[in-house]
Amino acid sequence: MRLAGARTLFYKEVLRFWKVAFQTVAAPVLTAVMYLLIFGHVLEDRVQVFQGVGYTSFLIPGLVMMSVLQNSFANSSSSLIQSKITGNLVFLLVTPLSHWAWFVAYVGASVVRGLTVGLGVFVVTVWFAPPSFAQPWWILIFAALGAGMLGSLGLIAGLWAEKFDQMAAFQNFIIMPMTFLSGVFYSVKSLPGMWQAVSHLNPFFYMIDGFRCGFFGHSDVSPWLSLAIVGGSFLLVSGIALRLLASGYKLRH
Amino acid sequence: MPAVSFSQVAKTYTGPRGSFQALDGVSFTIERGEFFGLLGPNGAGKTTLISILAGLASASSGQVTVMGHDVRTDYAAARKALGIVPQELVFDPFFTVREALRIQSGYFGIRNNDAWIDELLHNLGLADKAGANMRQLSGGMKRRVLVAQALVHRPPVIVLDEPTAGVDVELRQTLWAFIARLNREGHTVLLTTHYLEEAEALCHRIGMLKLGHLVALDRTAELLRGMASTMLRFKTDHALPAAMATRARVTGRIVQLKAHDAAEVEQLLAELRQAGVPIEDLEIGRADLEDVFLDIMQAPALKRVA
Repeated sequence: MRLAGARTLFYKEVLRFWKVAFQTVAAPVLTAVMYLLIFGHVLEDRVQVFQGVGYTSFLIPGLVMMSVLQNSFANSSSSLIQSKITGNLVFLLVTPLSHWAWFVAYVGASVVRGLTVGLGVFVVTVWFAPPSFAQPWWILIFAALGAGMLGSLGLIAGLWAEKFDQMAAFQNFIIMPMTFLSGVFYSVKSLPGMWQAVSHLNPFFYMIDGFRCGFFGHSDVSPWLSLAIVGGSFLLVSGIALRLLASGYKLRH
Repeated sequence: MPAVSFSQVAKTYTGPRGSFQALDGVSFTIERGEFFGLLGPNGAGKTTLISILAGLASASSGQVTVMGHDVRTDYAAARKALGIVPQELVFDPFFTVREALRIQSGYFGIRNNDAWIDELLHNLGLADKAGANMRQLSGGMKRRVLVAQALVHRPPVIVLDEPTAGVDVELRQTLWAFIARLNREGHTVLLTTHYLEEAEALCHRIGMLKLGHLVALDRTAELLRGMASTMLRFKTDHALPAAMATRARVTGRIVQLKAHDAAEVEQLLAELRQAGVPIEDLEIGRADLEDVFLDIMQAPALKRVA
């Protein structure tokens, strides 16, 4: 595993999103707060998902995780497709960086962006409902694994898409539905049978469920099962990303 | 050990409309310290060959080495020895000139490269633009940054893909002087260009590609000598006599005719006088590289060198 140059690429990818932090960090935080204000206001006195937990409190971890996942995906995917289309990816392609270096740097920077946004959302929403930390290690584990998996998925999408249109399709028709329909706004247990089963096929559900368990100590499924599924998904997606990078898929003809 | 070696390099692109052979068994070497020019019409395979050298594409068959390192199996060492200046004016809009150069250095494992970066910026006339965002630079400045980016890791071999395409005369002179100096200091240079004047002025040796084959490979002086011809050049607005028109190379008002000796020159001038063609700015000179190039490219049979 040769990682020479990975540090520079990682630093460059972080600097890239940090330079436009208004767009990449502040805006997603604001979006999440909007969801909280609206849904919290409408549903606070009407829905109680977990015993003794207000809806707003329930919603916050889901929003945090959703922000982590979406922004982690956005970082690697947008960076790659922009570099490909503008042509400046050539500066990276002529370097001695190995496919491991590419993977570690792009995914690493995506994790940093995802966690930064997630932390931003959390810090702002803490004013709305006091947080509880029943099993905090699950919070860290699922946040890291989730960000890592979506960073890898973003890498794959960035390699695959040849036009911004294709990237938008990936984002809007795959990533967004999967994050929204994973139990962020509701408990999956409240869905009718068939839809519950469908949700259980969605790896994002396990990420959010496990993450939320870290706050409340309750979850729809066992956090250990969630860990196995999320961990396995992360390894699978990472494996695919590494394979594509090593083969020069759509990068080297 | 040569600086660069191409050995039976072939490349076929397969697409929805069938397959296209871009390169067919190209072989040649570039020695250390050489200034090599790769010429050829559009579509000849120059960019494909350079892409394979840089690792941007992979050959269908054959082997390419840089300073003895195979560009596929030993790519890290090969790429460290290579500096590529691409043809397109690409840049990353997020960074300043200095940031871009520091990042490029870091990719090659070089930290604290500021002293060398400063020297490059100074030599390329970019010192006052170091803190400017790449987006703010003119085309000429962006091109100079591309050259700097290719040199941050001090590679022994430098490849320039049409470096002066669309560049103003003053900048072209600056770049020529800079590149020539690099070559004198020991860097091996591979240049592709459409400006034959540039190739003739700078290159020790020339290779010419046509339709994926190498059709000429020789020292520049030898290629010119081999053309043992006198060239008759003049300007006219008048149409040339039919027989002469087929032999002549006409560019707007400028007419160029190959003549084997003084007698033929006299004969051509007599023909023009008899046809009543007024001529201006008459010159009798030696064949230049452009004449050699056109001669080789227009030859009906594909004479392969390697």
